[in-house]
Amino acid sequence: MFFNEDFETLPREALRALQLKRLKAMVARVQESVPFYQEALKKAGVNADSINSLEDLARLPFTYKQDMRDSYPYRMFAVPMEEIVRIHASSGTTGKPTVVGYTKKDIENWSELMARSFVAAGVHRGDIIHNAYGYGLFTGGLGAHYGAERLGASVIPMSGGNTKKQIMIMQDFGSTVLTCTPSYSLFMAEAAKEEGIDFRELKLKVGIFGAEPWSEEMRADIEGKLNLSAVDIYGLSEIMGPGVAIECHQAKKGLHIWEDHFIPEIINPETGAVLGEGEEGELVITTITKEGIPLIRYRTRDITSLTYEPCVCGRTHARIARMSGRSDDMLIIRGVNVFPSQIESILMSVEGVEPHYLLIVDRKENLDTLEVQVEVGEHLFSDEIKHLQALSQRIEKQIKEMLGVTSRVRLVEPKSIARSEGKAKRVIDNRKKA
Amino acid sequence: MHVEQISIFIENKFGRLAEVTRILGDAGINIRTLSLADTSDFGILRLIVNDTEKARTVLKERGFTVSKTEVVAVEIPDRPGGLADILQALDADGINVEYMYAFVERCGQNAVMIFRFDETAKAITTLTGRGFQILPGERLYNI
Repeated sequence: MFFNEDFETLPREALRALQLKRLKAMVARVQESVPFYQEALKKAGVNADSINSLEDLARLPFTYKQDMRDSYPYRMFAVPMEEIVRIHASSGTTGKPTVVGYTKKDIENWSELMARSFVAAGVHRGDIIHNAYGYGLFTGGLGAHYGAERLGASVIPMSGGNTKKQIMIMQDFGSTVLTCTPSYSLFMAEAAKEEGIDFRELKLKVGIFGAEPWSEEMRADIEGKLNLSAVDIYGLSEIMGPGVAIECHQAKKGLHIWEDHFIPEIINPETGAVLGEGEEGELVITTITKEGIPLIRYRTRDITSLTYEPCVCGRTHARIARMSGRSDDMLIIRGVNVFPSQIESILMSVEGVEPHYLLIVDRKENLDTLEVQVEVGEHLFSDEIKHLQALSQRIEKQIKEMLGVTSRVRLVEPKSIARSEGKAKRVIDNRKKA
Repeated sequence: MHVEQISIFIENKFGRLAEVTRILGDAGINIRTLSLADTSDFGILRLIVNDTEKARTVLKERGFTVSKTEVVAVEIPDRPGGLADILQALDADGINVEYMYAFVERCGQNAVMIFRFDETAKAITTLTGRGFQILPGERLYNI
């Protein structure tokens, strides 16, 4: 089953010809309309006319998240605001988010790619999709929602949180598909168990899980506890949102990236050199159909590898391996992107806090936890417990408000956080062993 | 009229309390009384010692966070209702007790309580006005 069989099974030669045509058209658009690219392309000595093959892609400049931040909020947009119908944003490394804009056509394309992703995962019309991705500035909720409607399935716009209600709705409404982060699916299953509800008895048959890294072991765990087929989905707001790539339910071996809309490359994050098929490196994506914010060679910072081997499902689009890590220090905590520097700037805004902190990320009962250790120096110290507790709570509240993640601040003695001469160790992530 | 108290921030870690008392002991400092307030993560050790400045210096040298706080020592008649009388008097004047603990030694026939008030000066006025005995630090350090 396909959503758009012609494009999903396009022979590779035709796919590459289409990519080249679309790449040239996209570069022609941005060199006209986006001053940032005008300059970057000029500096690289490339323009739309000098691109003659897909190999020429390597001559194009990279785009970094910082470039988008520098263009806050709208300067990367390639069309006038009258053409923009939707705006989303994701967290940045400082207070300002990264902003993305979509034209009507962009929303149509995104909906189609998400619909394709649903079908690849084994979802059909007639399915009831319980969408527990967050609705709002985050692209997860609305992205999956529009794709579900485009497919013609019934979508329940649950958004995140309120676990008891989630379980009740899933049970009463007969949801057949669950979309959320993998860790939240396990958390819900545990919570249901406490209520005397066995997730295996529910009507769920497919789970589409993304927005955070997970493992094959976790897939086995989820499939066992929820009695459904669990597939991995990949996306990022800068590129589009969810539905950039998805595993097919037939193979569940790598995520098909929709190559008629995106050109993936794997590079060495240190040197920028393009790596070959199967080699692990940083995923770089060029959007070739986007109108609102087209991006040339966007550095995703996600570490993976690429394969063009034919897949049993019949799709001809390349597959990326499960994300194995990041080439920067970004943490994904309950699906929320968090940079240690963001927490640092929140801490520094609290009077008396010293720049020695440690973030400890863990997974307890299937939910990510974030502990922020803060040293109590003389400026922070009060000999009354209530003042120290108020301090912890104030920091926790600010982290929640600014970053959207729940944390637990732990006050520690001065000098108890290890100092190092070079780059300080700011993060201990204990989830990797899980 | 004040008594100097030092407060030390201590993480809930094995052996921390022992370390503080050992440092003080090695420096020849005598602990007159103490109280420990604790939460799940940390505790605050409050001490009255015979040499506040020295205690503060040696603990700081060893990396502890130490602060000095002014508290009030009040003599309390050692009979039923003795403490209640004092608290009632404070309550009548709208003075809050942040925390309090007992002094180990007696002063004559009376017990001694250490108070930390939100308004120290006002508390002293209230207490002396009602005839309660307040012990100055110098007396307390060497009882």
